[in-house]
This record gives sequence, C-alpha cells and structure tokens, in this order.
Amino acid sequence: MTAIDLGLPGLGGLDGVPTADQPQKAKDYKSDQEVRWCPGCGDYVVLNAVQSFLPTLGLKRENIVFVSGIGCSSRFPYYMNTYGMHSIHGRAPAIATGLAVARPDLSVWVVTGDGDALSIGGNHLIHTLRRNVNLKILLFNNRIYGLTKGQYSPTSEEGKVTKSTPFGSLDHPFNPVSLALGAEATFVGRAVDSDRAGLTSVLRQAAEHRGSALVEIYQNCPIFNDGAFDVLKDADSAARRIINVVDGEPITFGGGELAVVRDGFGLTVAKTADVAPEDVVVHDASDLNLAFALSRLSTQDLQHTVTGVFRNVARTTYDDAARAQVAQAREAKTPDLAKLLHGNDTWTVAG
Amino acid sequence: MTTDLGNGASAEGVEIRKLDRVVIRFAGDSGDGMQLTGDRFTSEAAAFGNDLATLPNFPAEIRAPQGTLPGVSSFQLHFADYDILTPGDRPDVLVAMNPAALKANIGDLPHGGTLIVNTDEFTKRNLTKVGYDGDPLEDGSLDAYQVHKVAMATLTIGALEHTGLGKKDAERAKNMFALGLLSWMYHRPTEGTERFLREKFARKPEIAEANVLAFRAGWNYGETTESFAVTFEVAPAKLPLGTYRQITGNTALAYGIVAAGQRAELPVVLGTYPITPASDILHELSKHKHFGITTLQAEDEIAGIGAALGASYGGALGVTSTSGPGIALKSETIGLAVMTELPLVIIDVQRGGPSTGLPTKTEQADLLQAMFGRNGESPVPVVAPQSPADCFDAALDAVRIALTYRTPVLLLSDGAIANGSEPWLIPDVDSLPDLRVDFATEPNGPDGAFWPYLRDQETLARAWAVPGTPGLQHRIGGLEKADGTGNISYDPANHDFMVRLRQRKVDGIEVPDVVVDDPSGQARVLVVGWGSSYGPIGAAARRVRKQGMPVAHAHLRHLNPFPKNLGDVLSRYERVIVPEMNLGQLALLLRAKYLVDAISYTKVQGLPFKAEELQDVLTDVIKGVPA
Ligand code: SF4
Repeated sequence: MTAIDLGLPGLGGLDGVPTADQPQKAKDYKSDQEVRWCPGCGDYVVLNAVQSFLPTLGLKRENIVFVSGIGCSSRFPYYMNTYGMHSIHGRAPAIATGLAVARPDLSVWVVTGDGDALSIGGNHLIHTLRRNVNLKILLFNNRIYGLTKGQYSPTSEEGKVTKSTPFGSLDHPFNPVSLALGAEATFVGRAVDSDRAGLTSVLRQAAEHRGSALVEIYQNCPIFNDGAFDVLKDADSAARRIINVVDGEPITFGGGELAVVRDGFGLTVAKTADVAPEDVVVHDASDLNLAFALSRLSTQDLQHTVTGVFRNVARTTYDDAARAQVAQAREAKTPDLAKLLHGNDTWTVAG
Repeated sequence: MTTDLGNGASAEGVEIRKLDRVVIRFAGDSGDGMQLTGDRFTSEAAAFGNDLATLPNFPAEIRAPQGTLPGVSSFQLHFADYDILTPGDRPDVLVAMNPAALKANIGDLPHGGTLIVNTDEFTKRNLTKVGYDGDPLEDGSLDAYQVHKVAMATLTIGALEHTGLGKKDAERAKNMFALGLLSWMYHRPTEGTERFLREKFARKPEIAEANVLAFRAGWNYGETTESFAVTFEVAPAKLPLGTYRQITGNTALAYGIVAAGQRAELPVVLGTYPITPASDILHELSKHKHFGITTLQAEDEIAGIGAALGASYGGALGVTSTSGPGIALKSETIGLAVMTELPLVIIDVQRGGPSTGLPTKTEQADLLQAMFGRNGESPVPVVAPQSPADCFDAALDAVRIALTYRTPVLLLSDGAIANGSEPWLIPDVDSLPDLRVDFATEPNGPDGAFWPYLRDQETLARAWAVPGTPGLQHRIGGLEKADGTGNISYDPANHDFMVRLRQRKVDGIEVPDVVVDDPSGQARVLVVGWGSSYGPIGAAARRVRKQGMPVAHAHLRHLNPFPKNLGDVLSRYERVIVPEMNLGQLALLLRAKYLVDAISYTKVQGLPFKAEELQDVLTDVIKGVPA
C-alpha cells in the first residue's frame, strides 16, 4: 500500500467559522429551557463557565453545535442557545465526526461523561482522538453514574460501594488523560469544575486548537458521589495536591514549595528547596512522554492532580484531510454523471 | 432446456448449432481465477449483444485449503437471444478445473450436459482429498455426460514455453486457456478480453502476454483438435433500444447514491464499516469523491451510521451500508433518526443469518428486522431492488423518500443481487427525478420562534433547519418531542399523539401502485414476491403460462408502506402464494395486514430459487384451485 502525504496547511481551531457582527453576552447563550440538574450539581458551574466563555470567542451562535450522548451532563445542549443534538449513549463523538466532516464552518463541541465517554462510548472516543477530528470534547468526570441513580463508573475507585456493588467494585479505573494520550490525542487538558479561571483557560486553548481536544472536568455529583473532589477544593489541601502546568514554565506548586522532578522514566514531587533549580521540570506541551508522565502523576486518590494542558500539538485533522481529498478530486475531474453511468464498456441496441 | 434453432456448418466442417440460450458454469479452486474468467465471458456476451444474468458463488474464506470442497469457487452465467430473468437453474456446460469442483457441481449438470475437465488436477492425491475412491474420468461414472478431457495446465505451460515464464506462473494462466476454449465454442468476440488483459496487467507486460497467449491457445485448441464436433451460436437479444452496459447490484446501488446526491444537489457522506457482501459499495463510492462524496470508514458499524446521521443533521445526504449483523448494531441510531426525523439511507445487503451465518451466501431474512428491529414504535420505510440493475432506481427511490419525508429508509438488497450482474439500459441523466430539498430558513412559529417539529401538512415532514442558519437555533434528540415545538415532553397524551403521528407519516408515504403481470388476464392464482426472487418467480411464471396455465405475478418494491392497491390486488385472486428465501416473513406481514390466506413457500439454502422448482410449486397450487 502506498502512503500519500496530504501536506495540508496549518489552521487555527476556529478558522472557517464565521464571526459575529455584535459583541455577545453570556445570556445570549442561554436557551429558554429550564435547567434541571440537581441543586448543587457541578454541571451548573460548568454550564455557567461555558456560557460566559463562548461570547469571548466572538463566533456566530448559529455556527456552534453541541452534541451529547446520554447521562446527566448530556442534557447540556438543551440549555445552550446554539444548535444541538442530544443523541444516544456513547455515540456523540461518532455523530459529531460526521457533522464536522460535512461542515467546516461549524465549531462542534461534544459533551459527555465518564460513563458515556469511557464505558459505552470508549471505542468512539479513542478513534475520534486518533483521527484528530476538529471537535472539542468536554468529559464531565464525576466518577459515578448519576442518571441511572448511582452505579460505579469506569473512573470509580476500586472497592467502591454503590447500588450495583454492595460488596465493593472490582473494576480498576481508567485515568482518562493517560487513555487519551495513548489514543494519540493532539490536545489533552484537565480542570476542576469549581476553578472557573483554570477551566476557562483550558477551554480557550481547546477552542483554538485545530483537532480533537479532550478536556477532562472533575465534576461533583452531590447526590451520588458527593465530595469526590473535595480535597481539591479545600484551599489548604488543594495547594499541596493540584499541580497546574503551563507550557514553557517550571512545574512548581504549593506556593512554590513543591516541584516536579524527573525520576527514572517518570516524574515525582520534591521539595523545591531540596533540588537544584535546573532539575525542576519545565512543562513542554509538545512532549508526549512528559505529558504521559504528568498523567501518571495524577493518582486516583487525588494525592496529586495535574491540571492545565498536558499536550497541545498540531497534526492534520481528519475532517480537513477528508475535505481536501474531495476538493482535490474535484479539481482533477469534473463530475459528469452520464459519463460515470456509461463506464468504458457499452453497447447499443439500435432499431 | 436449451432450444435447438437449427444447424449449419463452418468452413472447417465443424457443425454450428444455433441456440436461444446457454448456461455455463466455471468451477475451480478459489485460487483458480474462476470469478475473473466468468466476468470476462460475461463481458464478451454483453459486447455481443446477448441478454445475460450471472451468479457468482464463492467461499467466505479468502483462501480455503487448496483443492478441497470448501475451497470451490464458481461463476454461473446465463446468456440468451431474448430477455432472461435469472442466471439459470442448471448449467448446460460445466467447466471443472479440479476434482473438488467436479464433485461440488456435477450434481447440477443435467444428463446429456457438456462437461469440460482439466485432467491435470486429477491426481490420486487430489481425488482422495475430496473423497473419490477411483478416478471418475475413468470409471464410467460420467457416462451420462458429454465429457471433454483437456490437460489445460499442460497445454498452457506448453503454449508459454518460449516466454521464459516459470512453470508455476505459466500454469496460473490456465483459466484463460479455459476462457479461450469456451470463447471458441460459442463464437464470442475476443478483442475485449485481450484488451482487458493488457490493461489489467499493464505493469507486468510479461504476465499480460502470457495470459493473452493462454487465451489464444485455448481458442486454437478448440479449432485444431477434433474433439469438439459442434460449436454454438447464440444470437444477440432483441432488447429495448438504447445504450447498455453490464452492471452488478453493488455498483448500480453505489451509482444510484451518486446520482441521488447530484439530483438532490447535496454532498453525500457515507459512514460505514467493511462487511461482506456490502463492502463493494464503500469501495465504489470511494472512487467518486469528485461528485462531492465523502466516504468515512468508521471504527465500527455504530460509528458508521452515527457519522452518516451527523452529516444529515448538517445538511448532507447521510448514507450507511452494511449487512444484517451491522443492522443489528445500528438499530439504536436508526431509532434516533426516527425520533429526530432526519433523512438517512441505510443499505442492508442481506446474507445468510442468524449471527455471522453465511457471509457470502444470499438470503431475504432481514425483512422483519428492517420493519421492526428497534425498540418502541419505530416505523421505517423499506425499499427493495429486484435485480442488479434495478438497484440504481431503488437507491434513487430510497433517497427520495428519505429527503421528502425526513426519515431513515432501509434499502434491502441481497447477496445474489449485489454480486450478480446483468445488462443495464443506461438512463438519460435528465430523466432522473429532481430530488432537491428546501431547508428551513425562516422562523415558522409564533413570535418569530422556530419550531423544528412543525410539519408540512401533506407529507408530515418536519422543518429541516441546518446548523449555520441564523435565528433557527434549536435542539433535537432522542427524548420524546412535544408536537410542534420539539421540546422534551413526558406528557402521556403527547407521546400517544407523536407515536401515531410518526406512524401516520410513514404510512402516508407515496409509493407507486404494484403492477400485476398477468398477460392473459385469466389468472386465479397470484404469486407475490419481493427483492431478488423477481427473476426466478418471473421465469417460473413464464414456464407455467407456456404450459397453458395462467398465473399472475406481483413484485413488491415497497415493503413499508405497501402500495395502496395491494389489498385490492390480493383480494382478486383465489390463491396467493409467496415464495421467499426466509421462513415466510412477507407472508406473515400480508396475512397480518390484509387477512389473506397466503401460502408461504420458503427455502434458505443460501442460493436463489430455481425457476424449475418454482414452476413445480406454482403448478401444484394452480392445479389445486377447484375449477
Ligand atoms: S445525579 Fe449527580 S450528576 Fe446528575 S444531575 Fe444530580 S447531582 Fe448532577
């Protein structure tokens, strides 16, 4: 088999999406539908953050589409005054892929959860990331099934007692960031629902990235898994646990007291005072090995959690390449239906 | 039966017999190139102006063990000087390239039939491999046939001696030797095959030359040896005037999709996953990107249809192609398309089931799956082509329904149609239906609102507003919709209303009346079929009529909704018989809907019906009707 170099030019994530004539406000993005998540649900915070953030992109609202699967978070599109489709369990990335391929003028967002994206829809997620379709995937991770009322999910900790696992869950959880990196994702970020600034920063970088962007958002479900991320929300403990990374900057946290240093093939945390300044790892979002090591530094027990953008690299997107093939074919050959139907071997029956 | 139309004699003294039709079956090992040989003979027959129909039959394994019964691959071709309907029940001529091919096919050759055998493969080892105790070529067991023993491999190697080609490579051209011999026997034009071989092996001229030489050697063998006393002529058929080409069902179906995209002026997005026997539709459409066609080979069946639906939502013509197992996986997304009322064409090239079943064999057992294989009340229109060339029109019709009524449509082809071929009277492009659609561009509800579930009063199709249309932002999804606004609704009365509305929409789809073929107008028995059984049923009906018994034939293109006149048609006959390659799925639907006491005749052997068996069945039914 021959491989053909597609040689496509670099584009920004939002290139081709028409911009709005008027400045927009958050309320322009609120639909007339009543929001129906449980009181205190982390989804509200994320919805507000997204509705406040989108106007800053200055895109035409009608050119933004939210596609979701099934689960609490997947109600998201109903609350957005954009185009939207609430589809079926796990399949949003597939549907969004078709939409993105057909329409270069749209900014397409997928809203999904840990069950939707990582369990029933795991296959679509990894293949979408591999293909690098120009989609922004917001993965609301609350480590539980909410809509079906509280069963363990593929990100729940081992031994978790839930309705379906009264004697403790046997499943080993996924680390969604590691999974995405393993699936060749070109952009992977993480944020905590309550951290508006951090979330907005990751969302902005995701929007500007051309290609699949996976953003894992730790989201609290007060009904079935309350407090799952509390240790990241209490100011004291959060400082020693959250490692926010910024491309090109040394990775320190805990008010500068702690730093990330190399340890064999991986990374570890050390006291900044104990290490030479040049040993503190400088984040490089183009370094896949570093991104993976950072993802492994984030543990299920949240002793450390890396946030920010792990990886951000340019690679031709599937949808750009698909459209380029069609465009090239059109340049090379005029569509002539009669000619196609006739083919090379005809015969005529004359009277 | 082949009708002898009189005799003549060639200059060399070889007798020329005129026939109205012939059925030839090429059979050999999977590696022997039988499909190619059959294809070439088909092209020759087409170029000569015969009507024709073909039936390839090959194993599911890519390379089953050599020389074994499971490894036998065959290609049957029926050509005639009149319009024929089937690839033929039984061969008049069987070409057997090895003992396995002989054993697997000899049962179908009528006594007196012509058998041409490649003797080189009849070694003790090969014979034992397929369970022959002795050599059938020597033990008299083939005395009932006209046997021609030809050492095809030896003769081919001999003919290629001076080319410098190794023995093994030379031997591989023996299928072209067989083709040459048959081409001589039936006075076929040869230029096409020689041109074809030179093009096919353009990058390996020595192989091209070897094949051409083998082909000529086969021809010359017929002409120079005296073992063949007779050659045969089948005159061109008197078909309707126009330009023809030969076409397989999968190609015609792919062309139908291309044409539909052009006539709708919409880009086409095929989201699909490889599966036998539907993959050729993907292969074909992938070649035609310049028609604005995007083909997306997805990670699985579900993603394939998901991408197609996403593209439809974006205003493209979304299409997915698969076989029965793939439909099982796609059902949930078909349900979503029913609920979101978006156009979508789902192609099911049926094969033997259940489960993996018989991937390379044909069956019509997905009808009820197409009708009902989803959760909830989920009506989907069903369209079925009746022959390879008819796939083109069926595809256009499926697209018409999908776009006009904003609905998923199931297009039920099958393995026999998909791989079989026949001449196709190429339509004039301007005569194809206009399939252009109107997207919603303006608010349609009160106070400048856009209500995505407001409907066209006639078709009941909802407004189709694609993303990017200013002011019409709206949300759709799989949850039940409130009539009109399309907002989520759990209201009991609304659900009842919407379930009935979706059903009413599909029930109201306009489809042409079914046409009854009853030349005498005297028939009291009606045979009803659908899909690929058109050929065998039609051929059987002709035979029955020739025996002086009238019989009517109605063939259904539309299985959902049924044509409006169908109930009336069924009630006009004293007996209704429904032959199907399943256990009576159409019969079940007809009985349920029309309370007609339909007789079901069924067979699921992975092969099309034979005209002969249906002739017997029809005859029995007709004779059973009291005078
Ligand atoms: S169940 Fe949990 S995740 Fe779902 S809406 Fe309620 S709080 Fe939010």
